Formats: sequence, C-alpha cells, structure tokens
Amino acid sequence: MSTTFLGMPGNFPKNAEKAVQNSQLRYNLRKATHTIRGRRASVVGELPDWQELRAAGKAIKDETLRHLDRYLIQLEEAVTAAGGHVHWARDAAEANRIVADLVRATGETEVVKVKSMATQEIGLNEALAAQGITAYETDLAELIVQLGDDFPSHILVPAIHRNRAEIREIFLDRMGDAPAGLTDEPAALAEAARLHLRERFLKSKVAISGANFMVAETGTLVVLESEGNGRMCLSLPRTLISVVGIEKVVPTWRDLEVFLQLLPRNSTGERMNPYTSMWTGSVEGQEFHLVLLDNGRTDVLADEVGRQALRCIRCSACLNVCPVYERAGGHAYGSVYPGPIGAILTPQLRGMGSDLDASLPYASSLCGACFEACPVAIDIPEVLVHLRAKAPHHPAERAGMRVAGWVFRDGKRLARVQRLASRLRRLVPRRLPGPLSAWTDTRDVPDIPAEPFRDWWEREERHGRA
Amino acid sequence: MRVALFLTCVNDTLFPGTGKAVVSLLRRLGCEVDFPAAQTCCGQMHVNTGYREEGVRLARHFTEVFAGYEAVVVPSGSCAAMIREQYLRLVRPGSRGAADIAEVVPRVHELTEFLLDVLKVEDVGAYFPHRVTYHPTCHSLRGLRLGDRPVRLLSRVRGLELVELPAAEECCGFGGTFSVKNPAVSAAMGADKARNVLATGAEVLCAADNSCLMHIGGTLGRQRAGVRVMHLAEILASTETLASTEAVG
Repeated sequence: MSTTFLGMPGNFPKNAEKAVQNSQLRYNLRKATHTIRGRRASVVGELPDWQELRAAGKAIKDETLRHLDRYLIQLEEAVTAAGGHVHWARDAAEANRIVADLVRATGETEVVKVKSMATQEIGLNEALAAQGITAYETDLAELIVQLGDDFPSHILVPAIHRNRAEIREIFLDRMGDAPAGLTDEPAALAEAARLHLRERFLKSKVAISGANFMVAETGTLVVLESEGNGRMCLSLPRTLISVVGIEKVVPTWRDLEVFLQLLPRNSTGERMNPYTSMWTGSVEGQEFHLVLLDNGRTDVLADEVGRQALRCIRCSACLNVCPVYERAGGHAYGSVYPGPIGAILTPQLRGMGSDLDASLPYASSLCGACFEACPVAIDIPEVLVHLRAKAPHHPAERAGMRVAGWVFRDGKRLARVQRLASRLRRLVPRRLPGPLSAWTDTRDVPDIPAEPFRDWWEREERHGRA
Repeated sequence: MRVALFLTCVNDTLFPGTGKAVVSLLRRLGCEVDFPAAQTCCGQMHVNTGYREEGVRLARHFTEVFAGYEAVVVPSGSCAAMIREQYLRLVRPGSRGAADIAEVVPRVHELTEFLLDVLKVEDVGAYFPHRVTYHPTCHSLRGLRLGDRPVRLLSRVRGLELVELPAAEECCGFGGTFSVKNPAVSAAMGADKARNVLATGAEVLCAADNSCLMHIGGTLGRQRAGVRVMHLAEILASTETLASTEAVG
C-alpha cells in the first residue's frame, strides 16, 4: 500500500491537465466543494465578530511562533509532569523510527489511527508496514482511501474525489466483512464501515493520533472530529502515541476559545464539531507518548514571508473556495497538503528540488479567494509570489523575461517594439508557436491595433485636441 | 484637475481604444489629462512570475515617471493593485525607494475609485443602449476592494440594461502567466466563466480590466459566441453623439 506522495513524478500543470478532462472527478469535486463552501459561508456569516476572531487567531499564532522554543519547552514540562513522555523528531525518518520503536516495545503488530495530517506527511503507515506493523485508518474517508490503495485528495475530506458508487465497489472488493447486499446509500456504507471498525477498536491495544492543538500551559492535547472514531482510538487502547507538528502549540487554555470557534465553522461548516477530545498526559493508566515533529518547520519559520503558512489550522477552507483546486483536484498537487495551502506549504517543507514541487507556487491564478477565506489570515498569494521568486526558472523563460524587462525599462524602447508589432500585425497567425500555443489552443489572439495608444496621443497633442 | 494617465502596457499596446475612452471621459468631466510618454509597465508580470529584480526596476521606473503628479489614474484593477499592494513589499522598509513609493502610492487611483472618490460623480453622462453584464475581476474585488463602485457607475448609464453575472466573484482563470503555465486549468476556468456570461443573454461583457477581458473574450471569440467584451471606460465614454469610443481616434 502506498499512500505517500514522496518522489511523485510529473508536475502540477501535467497532473492537472489529466484531472481537468475527467468529467466524473470534476462533477464530484464541484458538488462537494460548493456544498461545504455554502455551509461555511452561512455559519461564518452569522458571526458578528468574525473579523475580530480571525485577527485574534492570527495574533495568537504569530505570538506562539515568535516564542516557539519557549512554548514547546513549557509544553514538554507540562506533559511530562502529567505522566506523558515527550520525544523530539527532527524529520520524518526520525519520527517514524520513534513511533515504530514505541509500538514494537508494546509487542503489538496492529495499531488503530485517528485521522492525522502529520502522520500522512511523514508516511508513517508505510514506515510501520516495513517493520511488520499494520496501521488501520479509522476515519471513514481515510478508510476509503486506505482500502482503495489511493491517495488522499483533500485535507478534511480525503476521499472527496470518490462518489458513493465508487465507495461501494471499494468496500465490496477490499473490506472483507462488507455485507453482500451492500447498496450505495450513504447510511448503508457508513454502517458497513462502522461494523468493520468496531472490531478494530475493541481489539487494538495501541492507537496513533495527531492533534489539532496542544496547550503549552497545561500540556493538554486537543482533537476535533465528527465521527467518534477518534474518541474510540484515544480512549480505548492501552498505549496512545500522538505525532504532532511543533506549530500546533498554543500558549494557554483560554486561546482555545478562539480556535474552537474558528476551526469547525471554517472546516466542516458547523457551529461546533460533534466530538472534541482533550487529554493531559497519561489518563487512567494509559501510556501516552507525544512525538513533536519538525520535518522542515523550523526552516519555514526562518523565512520572514513564508512563515505565516505555519499559522495554518488545517481547516481546508482555502481548498473549498479555490477555483484551481476545484478543477485540478487534490492529487495534482502531489502532496498530502493540496490546494492553496499545499501550494505554499509543500515547497517550503520539502524544498523545490523536484519538478513537481517547483511547479506548486505557480498552481494559482492569484485570485485571492483563499486569503479571504483563511481563518488565520494567511496571505497565500503573497507567499506564492514570494516562493516564485525563489523557484528555479526555465532558461528560455528567464531570457524572455530579461528581454521584456529591458524593453519596459525605457518608454522609447517600448514604443519601437509596439510600432514593430503594429507593422507586422497582419502576420500574426491564429495559432501561435512555442509556449504561446498554450494561449491559442483555446483562445483567440486579440487583434493588434494599427498604432499603439501613445502614437495617437502624440499626434493629438501635436495638433491640439480633435 | 490635472491627472496623469497610467494606461498600462497591455492597454497601450493592444487596447488603445480604452485609452482614448479614458481620455475622452476624463476631459468630459473637466480634467486635464497628461500621458507621460516615458511610462511603460507596472512590473506585475515580472513580480508575479518570480522575476522580482526586474519588477523592482520597473517599480522604480514607475515612481520616477509619476512622481510629480497630483493624481494618477489607472484603468486596470490588477495593475493598480500591483502598485498599491505589492510595491512596498519589493523594497526594504525605511529605504529611499520605500519613501519614494510611499509618496506616490496614495495618489494612484483605479479609474472607478477616481470617478467616485475623487471626482465624486456617479452619473458620468453616458448613453449605452445595450444589455450588459459585469465581471468584477479578482484584483478589483479582493485586492482593491472596489465594491459596488463599477456597478454604481454602470447603473447610471442611460439605456443600459445591467444583468447579473452568475458566480461573478469567481476568477476567470487568466492570472497573467498562469494562463500559459497552467493552460488546462486556465481554459477550464475560462470556459465556465464564458458559460456564465452566455447564460445572462448579455450582448456585452464589461470589466474594469482588459487583461481578464482578453482571456474571456478570446475564449468567447473562439466559441463564436457573439458576445462583445468592453472595458468599463469605453461604456462610460459613450454618449448619444459618440456611440462608439473608436470614433474618438
């Protein structure tokens, strides 16, 4: 089973081109994103203090990031004092090794998982599999993705690219205990998954989770979820291991007041999520391990413009309003973080060494819908433009841009080029060659006028007004 | 009032009719218009494609050319947004370049802002007896926050029937070099925008930015859809005696 995107070939434009032609995918994505988008708009719209909450969320995260070292040490002390064990992981390999060692120490070979972006990011399931440990996803959508040997395509709704007919087929093919007469009714599909998962919850001795928030002051971890699978995993097993990105810390318990309002409204479009689980250290004899994950985050923190991406609370509001995501789908981004936030997070966490990662900052028309929706006011277009300046550029494009820059540096030079274009205007073909054919494949070229504006103006000025 | 017109490189080169319309409109409203010939490009293409250094040079060029003017009018939402939102990010805070930019930026107005906020006219005396739909464009809407300014101007045009564009706030898919770097997604967005335009039954699609119109118009043109695209200035410049702005030149 391979659900990590590391080393994925291709680049965003090529991946997106395939997705754009898949009409079923387009339909599924449009329907799902517009439904969540509408729900979000109505529950955000009813908050009279939405802008204040947004500003507070941003301010709390910025303050935390500014003193991240201090808050992390405070968190470690609080978790340890409450009987938990804290581990620090520099990168994915280290985090995976720590978790595998902890699981092996219990003597178990099966673990249940709460939906977690951090463990997806590091490819934990695959790393555990290599050690002979099987990880079972218990979130319904993650289960669909895992059973289907598929990639997640959305932060909140990892199987958003699947419709219910496809889900029924996956269950019948791969679930083993799926009822023979399974229909594609959502209730029937959910019931089949529920029965399948119930066995796992009761049997499993080890659970692995992430967390939405960690409170430095008290050492409390917080998970917000909808299905109750998280609560089962967090409370039933004897050992709980939580892998959490270091940016998930907030200073005080009171800060949760802001985020517990912001997250559900912007994520699922609910006033409040059905399950909020909070635990502090080791509870009722359960052994608790917290693995604090860096995996590139301190590098992001070092970038004055890019660091705002670390404010992200993984709500996915930016995905649901993004016209590019809606048409390209999540897989095109080649990362567990798709959409606008993925386009700024992935190249910062992984670097821009691959063709795919270097193409991500360009996977946006800079329309600004993401920035407007973001509950912690991440200026995604600003970061995209910032990353484009750092991205590797194709030599031909660089040469073209240099020439254009040289022309634009002087009004007289520009005028000469404009006049030349006007003289040759009859020669412009309907289909342009080279990279410009990308324009004329689907669009007409505007007619080049007989003269540029500046020549008309000069004549008009010379002869007085017409 | 003496105003400098920053027409933008796209309009100067490809859409001189828009420039003539702005000149005609502003003069009709009593402004003295100047077109500094040294003007070129705001640098948006370079900056947004990742060529920051070239962009900085062009930002510096812009501030030099327009330093002395009381008001600078820009008939393009995205170029005005570039100048107002991005210029200061290109230079070191506290540098001389930053001071020069900070001095010019407050005097740079997008056309509809200039008409409503500076000249304080809503009825510009235009006549345009056609069915028109308006696309707000992303940088006008979410960047400059023009709000209902363009619609207020259009609703005072005599003879004009304004019809609402479905999903108006959604990006058309142009995005500058995005249109050639991600052609499949850009075209898919353009096709959806074109479909919404056609659903209105409008004769004319209007916007305050010719770059977006070049993309949507190019898409509609390829479909032989029979819908004209026009810059807002060209509609506002039209009067009973001057039906088409092309006649100005």
